[in-house]
Amino acid sequence: MNTEAVIVTDKLTKRFGPFIACNELTFQVDKGEIFGFLGANGAGKTTAMRMLCGLLNPSSGKATVAGFDVYTQANRIKQRIGYMSQRFSLYDDLTVSENIRFFGGIYGMSISDIKKKTSALLSELQLEKEAKTLVRDIPPGWKQKLAFSVSIVHGPDIVFLDEPTGGVDPVTRRQFWDLIYEAADKGVTVFVTTHYMDEAEYCNRVSIMVDGVIADLDAPARLKTKYQVSSMEEVFYALARNAVRKAD
Amino acid sequence: MIRIEHIGMTYDKGRVVALQDVNLEVNKGEIFGLIGPDGAGKTTLFRILTTLLLPEKGQAWVNNYDVVKDYKAIRNSVGYMPGKFSLYQDLTIEENLNFFATVFGTTIAENYDLIKDIYVQIEPFKNRRAGKLSGGMKQKLALCCALIHKPDVLFLDEPTTGVDVVSRKEFWDMLKSLRKEGITILVSTPYMDEATLCDRIALIQKGSILSVDTPEGIVHSFSGQLYAVHGQGTYHLLQATRGYEGVASCFAFGDALHATFKPGAQGPALQAYLQSKGHSDARVDPIKPGIEDCFIQLLNQ
Repeated sequence: MNTEAVIVTDKLTKRFGPFIACNELTFQVDKGEIFGFLGANGAGKTTAMRMLCGLLNPSSGKATVAGFDVYTQANRIKQRIGYMSQRFSLYDDLTVSENIRFFGGIYGMSISDIKKKTSALLSELQLEKEAKTLVRDIPPGWKQKLAFSVSIVHGPDIVFLDEPTGGVDPVTRRQFWDLIYEAADKGVTVFVTTHYMDEAEYCNRVSIMVDGVIADLDAPARLKTKYQVSSMEEVFYALARNAVRKAD
Repeated sequence: MIRIEHIGMTYDKGRVVALQDVNLEVNKGEIFGLIGPDGAGKTTLFRILTTLLLPEKGQAWVNNYDVVKDYKAIRNSVGYMPGKFSLYQDLTIEENLNFFATVFGTTIAENYDLIKDIYVQIEPFKNRRAGKLSGGMKQKLALCCALIHKPDVLFLDEPTTGVDVVSRKEFWDMLKSLRKEGITILVSTPYMDEATLCDRIALIQKGSILSVDTPEGIVHSFSGQLYAVHGQGTYHLLQATRGYEGVASCFAFGDALHATFKPGAQGPALQAYLQSKGHSDARVDPIKPGIEDCFIQLLNQ
């Protein structure tokens, strides 16, 4: 494993008035790593992710993403990351190739790069025939795979995936993970949240947030040994069972 | 308690097939799970059974009432929790509950016993507006509102989607205690692991029912032997296993790969092959399939 760190945080904290959403998060994520960011609803995952994406200023602590400071270089960060979530990914009323062009443009790619990337991507996903189809008319599974490919179209250092696989069938979910493995193998760092505990097993390391703090962080196998259980679901349950916060 | 015969439904002038010749029977007092991904037709089926949508083809009965002719009687005797939060956001917890009780001609007090265990968890916030509640609290309030008129049948459309493991477990514990009250529950979920918590399940995909059975029955009907492949470096192990000619299918599955073989191929041979390809720690063992393995097998048929 390459040990070059692409995300480094030190006591990263976010308060909303008296409420401490994230309390002194200290961790690092290495290049090419698949990092699972788990936690109960309301534990502070979304807040942490927004800070790392340069969308929300921390209250205190330090963090760098792709070598850029979250306080002063948020715009540089946004150019070096990709983002995909189940709730928001592609525009339904644009065609497949329009979506690629749109996101390529947003990420600052040149017209010629976008053209090259579009044809490469369409052939990789075997979507050539669907290039002019509206995204709303393609099956949900294809949409998800396309959304992931679009989120890394500009060759980012890190891609943030916020519950990317909710609601898809088990075969599509695994095909989606094949794409994640492939991206990680090419050196893209993958930062992923999920409620599927079997997917936690696919990560190199996972952190589990409970009530605003990282309750534990390690490789899945080591966590299972530590808590003397046989699945990540049981690890999660052992850590999050006594959570006080149950917001969203 | 629920009988569905040859139900069919399309959208968009027949371009999108939502349900295709669906036949099902749900017995009184059972927790029946409708398991399938987004777009499988789960919500359409729920909307037909709760009389919110007229089926194009076929017939269905809930509690012996016809979903088309006797819609008023059905509406009085079922509870429905839609997948999308549908309570009044600008009413408080208590006001929402009161509203639904009144609409059904009852009071909170009359059926309090039924909702008590759930309601006490949100009661401290009863003056908070529904729109300001967390996901888990909304879910509990919606369940209370669906139960307040003591329905015979409860329809729960993806009640646990996007909910963490701990809250999901709590929710299923609530369902089990409702079953003891004799309420029939039809619940849909995209989480395969929840299938084992149901008395019987139907696997649904693209508008068709693939299989109906008890969870054990579904697992029992898995054809062939399933193997688990353990080893370091999932991605390369996956590629190597798929590259072996005797392998029929191979997927990442938790901390292992799950593989099936073409006729004649054997686990030990794959293990030797993987070891020869540099996966010196690779181990191939026969295992029992789970619901998700069965679903994958049915999807690939």
